[in-house]
Amino acid sequence: MDWGALHTILGGVNKHSTSIGKIWLTVLFIFRIMILVVAAERVWGDEQDDFVCNTLQPGCRNVCYDHFFPISHIRLWALQLIFVSTPALLVAMHVAYRKHEKKRQFRKGDQKCEYKDIEEIRKQRFRIEGSLWWTYTGSIFFRLIFEAVFMYAFYFMYDGFRMPRLMKCNAWPCPNTVDCFVSRPTEKTVFTIFMIAVSSICILLNVAELCYLLTKFFLRRSKKAGNSKQQHNHENKEETKQNEMNELISDSCQNTVIGFTS
Amino acid sequence: MSWAFLRDLLSGVNKYSTGIGRIWVAVVFMFRLLVYVVAAENIWKHEHDEFECNIKQPGCENVCFDHFFPVSHIRLWALQLIMVSTPSLLVVFHVAYRENREKHHNQKFYRKPGKIDGGLLCTYLISLILKTGLEIVFLVLFYKLYNGFKIPRLVKCDINPCPNTVDCYISKPTEKMIFLYFLVATSCLCIILNLSELSYLIFKYSIKCYLKRHMKKQQ
Repeated sequence: MDWGALHTILGGVNKHSTSIGKIWLTVLFIFRIMILVVAAERVWGDEQDDFVCNTLQPGCRNVCYDHFFPISHIRLWALQLIFVSTPALLVAMHVAYRKHEKKRQFRKGDQKCEYKDIEEIRKQRFRIEGSLWWTYTGSIFFRLIFEAVFMYAFYFMYDGFRMPRLMKCNAWPCPNTVDCFVSRPTEKTVFTIFMIAVSSICILLNVAELCYLLTKFFLRRSKKAGNSKQQHNHENKEETKQNEMNELISDSCQNTVIGFTS
Repeated sequence: MSWAFLRDLLSGVNKYSTGIGRIWVAVVFMFRLLVYVVAAENIWKHEHDEFECNIKQPGCENVCFDHFFPVSHIRLWALQLIMVSTPSLLVVFHVAYRENREKHHNQKFYRKPGKIDGGLLCTYLISLILKTGLEIVFLVLFYKLYNGFKIPRLVKCDINPCPNTVDCYISKPTEKMIFLYFLVATSCLCIILNLSELSYLIFKYSIKCYLKRHMKKQQ
């Protein structure tokens, strides 16, 4: 059980996403999860061992490390990735629910069901409309919120995105203000900026996808309204024609009746 | 043998669950199992090496660590995940028993072996009660073993062979506390989901039973 399992779970959602959604998923897996696993984890691997303080006082190093790094960058990124991937599960559940309903209809032998067999239902790709549109849009909205919250938490906790070389610490039991040195600060800064940049790209992709879905929704609505107006006009024309014909028929009937009587 | 086994097990359970049961499986996968493997495990990896006491007396550090951490948080977390997932196996076994019975007698006893009714409903309800009970047991165990869900930076230890009361420092206490709270929150969420599923099933089948009796009376 690891990031590979997440890949399997989200891979299923990919089928029912928009093109921007597919790009987002690719960026997530290649530029965030893969970079986290193959590179960032190594960079932060020795963070506490190589965090050195200019004192021999036992416990001072532990306490200073805990003071400056309440939660490690790596863990924060892992949590961010998990939270950001979770809304996609809502879409997966909704699709699974729809497929389940269609399978039930098919098994009951419903005439309305247009599928020939169960395999077709399983492989079918649903269009993003109706209630699925709301679920999908909701999931993008939550994604955006989680990304923003985590980026802000990062900025707030570490006073920006730079990793300093030297930190001054005077938490007890350090006897006075001691100098503590962080391991690989430049490399950590580079990776932090990289992850923040990719996070921002993901936010932009989500915003673009949201705009695209909203535009599609309003276009579809105006098309429907246009269609129903046309249909209404068409129906009105049909009605007036029918009225005229009825009048003609009734006139001719009257004439024939008059003809008979006379 | 690894967590992949548990993941496959839970995927099997998913087939015979209600909607709320599937949400429970998703929460266990994403917020408990995945967080454990990719984040939490690494925090507690070197907890013994990084546990430092203000003394050079050999053996004092070992003894103090053992006194304050009889069972490590991370091991308790792993045990909790395994125990809480296991009651779902009862349902899988019962469905397998039903299918075997049909095969053995070459007869259709049940409308659908995987449908939650009759005996399978009782098994499902028992598994839900067990899951909830085990969650609560582990939360209480965490609370009692570690005096609440706090992890202090400093603990004072005076067990033999430590010559007097020494200060011992725990590594990464804040990060450990954050993840401990995360564990408690997801545990509580799972308890709520289990209780909702229990009430939903009891309510649904009581209504069904009542309606059946009402129809019979009318006839």
